[in-house]
Amino acid sequence: MLLEVSNVVKHYPITAGALFKHVVGQVRAVDGVSFDLAAGETLGLVGETGCGKSTLARCLAGLHPVTSGSVRFDGTDITNLPRRRMRPYRRDIQVIFQDPYGSLNPRRRVGSIIADPLVIHRVMSGEQLRRTVQELMERVGLNPEHYNRFPAEFSGGQRQRIGVARALALRPRLIICDEPVSALDVSIQAQILNLLKDLQVEYGLTYLFIAHDLSVVRHISDRIAVMYLGKIVELGAADPVYDRPRHPYTNALLSATAVADPDEAQRRRRVVLTGDVPSPIDPPSGCRFHPRCPRAQDICSTEEPLLEGTEGTEGTAACHFPMEVVV
Amino acid sequence: MSLLEVTDLHVSFPTSDGVVQAVRGLSFRVERGRTLAIVGESGSGKTVSTQAILGLTPGADISGTALFDGVNLLDLDGERLRRIRGAEISVVFQDPLTSLHPLYTVGRQIEELIRVHLPDTSRAEARRRTVELLGLVGIPRPERRVDDYPHQFSGGMRQRAMIAMSLALNPKLIVADEPTTALDATVQAQILELIARVQAEFGIALVLITHDLGVVAGMADEVLVMYAGLAVERADRRTLYYRPHHPYTKGLLESIPGSSGDRGGRLRPIPGSPPSLIAIPSGCAFHPRCPYAMPVCPAERPPLAAVTGGANHASACWLPHDAVGLGAEAEALRLKAKES
Repeated sequence: MLLEVSNVVKHYPITAGALFKHVVGQVRAVDGVSFDLAAGETLGLVGETGCGKSTLARCLAGLHPVTSGSVRFDGTDITNLPRRRMRPYRRDIQVIFQDPYGSLNPRRRVGSIIADPLVIHRVMSGEQLRRTVQELMERVGLNPEHYNRFPAEFSGGQRQRIGVARALALRPRLIICDEPVSALDVSIQAQILNLLKDLQVEYGLTYLFIAHDLSVVRHISDRIAVMYLGKIVELGAADPVYDRPRHPYTNALLSATAVADPDEAQRRRRVVLTGDVPSPIDPPSGCRFHPRCPRAQDICSTEEPLLEGTEGTEGTAACHFPMEVVV
Repeated sequence: MSLLEVTDLHVSFPTSDGVVQAVRGLSFRVERGRTLAIVGESGSGKTVSTQAILGLTPGADISGTALFDGVNLLDLDGERLRRIRGAEISVVFQDPLTSLHPLYTVGRQIEELIRVHLPDTSRAEARRRTVELLGLVGIPRPERRVDDYPHQFSGGMRQRAMIAMSLALNPKLIVADEPTTALDATVQAQILELIARVQAEFGIALVLITHDLGVVAGMADEVLVMYAGLAVERADRRTLYYRPHHPYTKGLLESIPGSSGDRGGRLRPIPGSPPSLIAIPSGCAFHPRCPYAMPVCPAERPPLAAVTGGANHASACWLPHDAVGLGAEAEALRLKAKES
């Protein structure tokens, strides 16, 4: 396994008091998440705002320390490594961010933005550096002659290509893509998705692909993890999860997704969830989904269902009363 | 008579880099009680066109006509337009957090809207009506939530409050500009159902502006696709999705993951990016990205003319009028036209 995540927890303390700061609560952003990621595979992570998917991504990339749990990369425990010892792994794990406007420094030239990782890690310099950056630009579909331009001279799709080139520069093994196409128009989104797929084949990349758009995630992922309030509620191969969801939340999420097909939209029976996602400061007892769940029974509010068992062909769901598998 | 009839609308913005031609001769109609979806990507002019009609684009050069119930909105002065906007036409914007004032309670903002447009309403009456509206859009315990501030509402609840506000004066038309883009899927589904329900209940016409073809598929009676400031295709909902004529519409549909059925395979994106509105390509603005471009395309702008997909189906494209659909037959017709 390239990446082994076990029981990762990330809590943010809530403090009060100006003079005597004390902790009055915890935002349980990620609350015990485990999964494995094999080399060359793409795991899609879906969930709604506030479910903890981006926090998890940042923890795995080593951008935030985790509260507890462990992250192993290629067999080595890299949980909360000190800066210096984390450095070699930062080459192997790269991130592509959502916002191609906010993640590129507007006052620096594109060539030097893409060259940054190579310079910081002292991989190369001079003419070789320039050549490598131009090759990278060409590979992601940018004109290498635009080396000296500023980010503002590029469109949203081109900026995301810059982000991809920068992530690719150190030849990483794992790329964490945090909503990489959410800010793009649909015709441009398709260009970037194709590019990511091509690069995966060419460089044997492993992706953790985070998005809220379920059709995008299905298109690119081998396996899917569905998160709700800091926990994974369902995990399995993409097709079974989409075609035969086991967890009522997955089912509701899928049925709520707008499809670009009028007849399908009419046929679809929507499971409309009541209420909003509860606060991660004080999550519901037992199963966190129970206050909104159409299938909830008494046990759901008292006992937490586990995402257990070996992952079979149908995947696993953390639910006391999973949806029946229609054979 | 249509409720809203826009004819040959032009909107441009003078800037130091040149004139931004945001809308370049747009015509459309909205019938009473019906839903027209305007679809397009960033910069297609879908938002600017409706904002210009409502007088929300300061600094723009506007020409054309926009007849609302027989009155040309573009002729009205600020005061008279203001009376129509909010009362007869209301607008629901994308981001409910920035469209609600953070320092006033949600209830007070709705009450004020009612009392400004209907000065005879007493304070108590306005409040009673506000509570009723909040209940109508599904806000739990409205008599208590009416005194909450916007930050105490979740994103979905804020959008519900905006819809309550848009209904306050019994409008004939609601313009909803990306009403669910900032919301999660499950909340989006709730809001779309709410919009459809109040629309049917009160017989309101709806202009739904969105980039999301998924939202349109479940909502619209008629769809208008915009590209570079022009309508490139107009059709009823089923025709647009199953028998599109314009290569841009076809490209949009095929760009959606899962749509073309080759899941896990490659998508078929539209090459290139949308043009700058300062230097729009000649003739058909889509020709540099179009796989079927013919010699006539850069030379002459195609009119929005009838094609054979369905009743009232029109497309602004030089391809033969029967080249509709996503199948092989239509593809053969398109390629043949390109070759000759």
